Amino acid sequence: MEQSPARRVLSDFAANKVALAALVVIAVIVLLALAASLIAPQNPYDLAQLDIMDGRLPPGSASADGLTFWLGTDDQGRDMLSGILYGLRISLAVGAGSAIVAGIIGTALGLSAAYAGGRIEAAIMRLVDLQLSFPAILVALMILAFLGKGVVNVMLALVIVEWASYARTARSAALSERAREYIEAAECLALPRWRVVFRHLLPNCLPPLIVIGTIQVARAIALEATLSFLGLGVPITEPSLGLLIANGYQYMLSGKYWISFYPGIALLVTIMAINLVGDQLRDVLNPRLQR
Amino acid sequence: MSDVPTLELRDLNTVFDTRAGVLRAVDGVTLSVGRGEVLGLVGESGSGKSVTGFSIIGLIDPPGRIASGRIRFQGRELVGLAEPELRRLRGRHIAMIFQDPMMTLNPVLRIDTQMMETIQAHERVSGAEARSRSRDALGQVGIPSPDERLSAYPHQFSGGMRQRVAIAIALLHNPALIVADEPTTALDVTIQAQILAVVQKLASERGTSLLWITHDLSVVAGLADRVAVMYAGRIVESGAVDAVLDNPMHHYTRGLIGSVPSRNRRGHKLLQIPGMTPSPLDRPAGCAFRTRCAAADAACETEPALTRPEPGRELRCFHPAHGAVAA
Amino acid sequence: MAGWLVRRLVQAGFVMLAMSAIVFVGLHAIGNPVDILISPDADQAERARAIAALGLDKPLWEQYFFFLRGAVQGDLGRSFVFNEPALKLILGRMPATLELAVTAVIMSVLVGLPLGLFAGLYPNSIAGRTVMAGSIMGFSLPGFWVGLMLIMVFAVTLGWLPSSGRGTTAELFGVQWSFLTRDGLRHLLMPALNLSLFNISLVLRLARAGVRETMPLDYIRFARAKGLSPRRVVFVHVLRNILIPVVTVVGLELGSTIAFSVVTESVFAWPGMGKLIIDSINVLDRPVIVAYLMIVVALFVTINLVVDLLYTVLDPRVRLGGRA
Repeated sequence: MEQSPARRVLSDFAANKVALAALVVIAVIVLLALAASLIAPQNPYDLAQLDIMDGRLPPGSASADGLTFWLGTDDQGRDMLSGILYGLRISLAVGAGSAIVAGIIGTALGLSAAYAGGRIEAAIMRLVDLQLSFPAILVALMILAFLGKGVVNVMLALVIVEWASYARTARSAALSERAREYIEAAECLALPRWRVVFRHLLPNCLPPLIVIGTIQVARAIALEATLSFLGLGVPITEPSLGLLIANGYQYMLSGKYWISFYPGIALLVTIMAINLVGDQLRDVLNPRLQR
Repeated sequence: MSDVPTLELRDLNTVFDTRAGVLRAVDGVTLSVGRGEVLGLVGESGSGKSVTGFSIIGLIDPPGRIASGRIRFQGRELVGLAEPELRRLRGRHIAMIFQDPMMTLNPVLRIDTQMMETIQAHERVSGAEARSRSRDALGQVGIPSPDERLSAYPHQFSGGMRQRVAIAIALLHNPALIVADEPTTALDVTIQAQILAVVQKLASERGTSLLWITHDLSVVAGLADRVAVMYAGRIVESGAVDAVLDNPMHHYTRGLIGSVPSRNRRGHKLLQIPGMTPSPLDRPAGCAFRTRCAAADAACETEPALTRPEPGRELRCFHPAHGAVAA
Repeated sequence: MAGWLVRRLVQAGFVMLAMSAIVFVGLHAIGNPVDILISPDADQAERARAIAALGLDKPLWEQYFFFLRGAVQGDLGRSFVFNEPALKLILGRMPATLELAVTAVIMSVLVGLPLGLFAGLYPNSIAGRTVMAGSIMGFSLPGFWVGLMLIMVFAVTLGWLPSSGRGTTAELFGVQWSFLTRDGLRHLLMPALNLSLFNISLVLRLARAGVRETMPLDYIRFARAKGLSPRRVVFVHVLRNILIPVVTVVGLELGSTIAFSVVTESVFAWPGMGKLIIDSINVLDRPVIVAYLMIVVALFVTINLVVDLLYTVLDPRVRLGGRA
């Protein structure tokens, strides 16, 4: 029985129960983040809803007006559960958004490099090598040091940090695809170049790019959290998970663990679920491992 | 004492537990190698001859295992022997030479390290003595300026030279038995001849028994005293080398001989054995060769018993052929 | 060999040059370098003097040349905050960071290699699987959060280890080191563990993959056929082969580890370069930022060079220029 490729990928993927569970976890996390404003007990950004008297309450405490803080409150009297739900939204948006933009830029450059060859290719790949020889955190740190903080700047830094991996992957995938006969055939038909690249080359380079993309989303989320923790990321008015953790840092030493602990768990679960899915995707989509 | 064979296999079964089922790689093999005797074990790839070799030296790793049977070495039972005991035999009393000399030496260790450790694994000797014995061993297998070569790395040797080193290592302890798993297959023909000459000379000088595993009948013809032909995990025919080659009785043996190109038969069409070796998971019942055999009939669907058609010869076939393979 | 070294040195020089140009152009692209390089508190006369001194009234290429010449002479500007040469400031903090990073790297090998060997030799055992699952955690755990949790558990709850600072230091070669005193070691332990977590996972996975790849190879079977003890087969024949990729990666990771120590130093208030750079970014002490960047680039280039050299020492096939 011939299976369509998409079908095969799906059934191979589902064969790993852990990865399947991770996929479900991701779906739940995304839904929670999207519906944050509907399901969160409190709008953590609305100062009118916050009562400083509720500050630093341990998990399970009740507020003055009867609301239960299942995960405790931070120093502003903000419900941690609500903070986490809203924070997830920012973390996911920044992570996925930068990964997509970096993916588009990197893929375009990688494909151009593979297709143009010669000097253009050499120049792009040199840049890729240079970029990849420095750790992401360092590059991001420098960009933010010069640009200042803010969601847009963080995303810009993440894009600059991430594009090179896509470019490298896209180029190597394109080079091996280019050598195949169907591209030669398309070229013989004198199809326009853009058509060959986008309609023929790109779809066949997608599997490795999807794998890289998944892992890069996890990396972006982690890096954003780290930068925010260092005080270089998102502003205090839009707290991501990293910033929530940073806020709890000073209260940690007096034993008020929950302000940092729970956002960290949310971050860990998110990153780990994405990594597990990425690992499984790599196994499923890797043509060398097939058959 | 002298009538105890160096090696005796009795009804050996080595199987691999795979997801698709139990793979019977070695399926009831019985053979013996006398003192100083050279036995050629011949078969196609996948016939189980290498697994037989690894079973003897006790290097069958999971999922493989020896399911049943006897392996007697100098009268001593090896099946079920504890690993430390086996280790004391390995390399000292039973040595092994592998197929691909490019792969048998550790690329990141110097030759002297790899030779001296072999000596010191079995004997308490000083480094200096181990080194001088290693040097002598290199000289014996015909490696020029062994002193210098000792401190070289494997990649500085050619394939033939590496195989000489491997042979030198195998001979370090004057083992009673050497299991040679296609040691010349990966080499050029001229180098092959040199290696064969070295092994033949050293083995006969020292009275070493050889189990020479190969798919190459011409090697067996020049080297072995006796030959055993293996097909699909079983020995189908065995006997003195001249008798078997001149008068092969099993149709598989005849096919093997017929498919060797020869100068005397130039212009004739080479014989081919039709079909493919059956998968070890899905062997035909009875004679495993019957699906490819021109002489097969309904009788072959039951397992042919071992017969002794001539003194010193054994055969598993209902319809033995006679005479030399048509020239 | 000499030719190779020269080629590598020239290459390294080019990377340095390229990075200095990027930093320089970056500075100019972002805003008026006068604002970036001169303290905002400076008065008009001071500004004019600084502009002349920095050559900011000259054309860009000339300024770059000026900057380069300064860099070569070890002059990377003065910190606004500390009013000290930026280079001196950073070099003063470097030992603390190097001490932390090197300890972390050593720890990652000491912990990761045995665990990886074990997981590779017994891939289907429960312990082997647990180790592998743990390594996925090591990759996914956000480092700064783990640092906080370590403090929470070992400093706050159990009170076993101090949560911040270098502790008592002792002098060696004119530099203060924590690892020479008991108190210093106690201070070093948690940050180093925190920093090494990612590398432990990395080394572990490399070692496991290496063992799984090497064990079925003929030369390992041959080694066993020689009657060697399992210990010798694993610790000499297998280990020597997997050491090559492990050393390469660990060496290359030293650079990243130094970069990531920024996070660990912030969590544990470890007074190294990383803490300095974060503080400098927060107060916009840009000469220090530029100097830090140039020094880290130099460090990276050096590390890459040393790793390549080490690689040739470990792998005889590379040492002699390819296969014979």
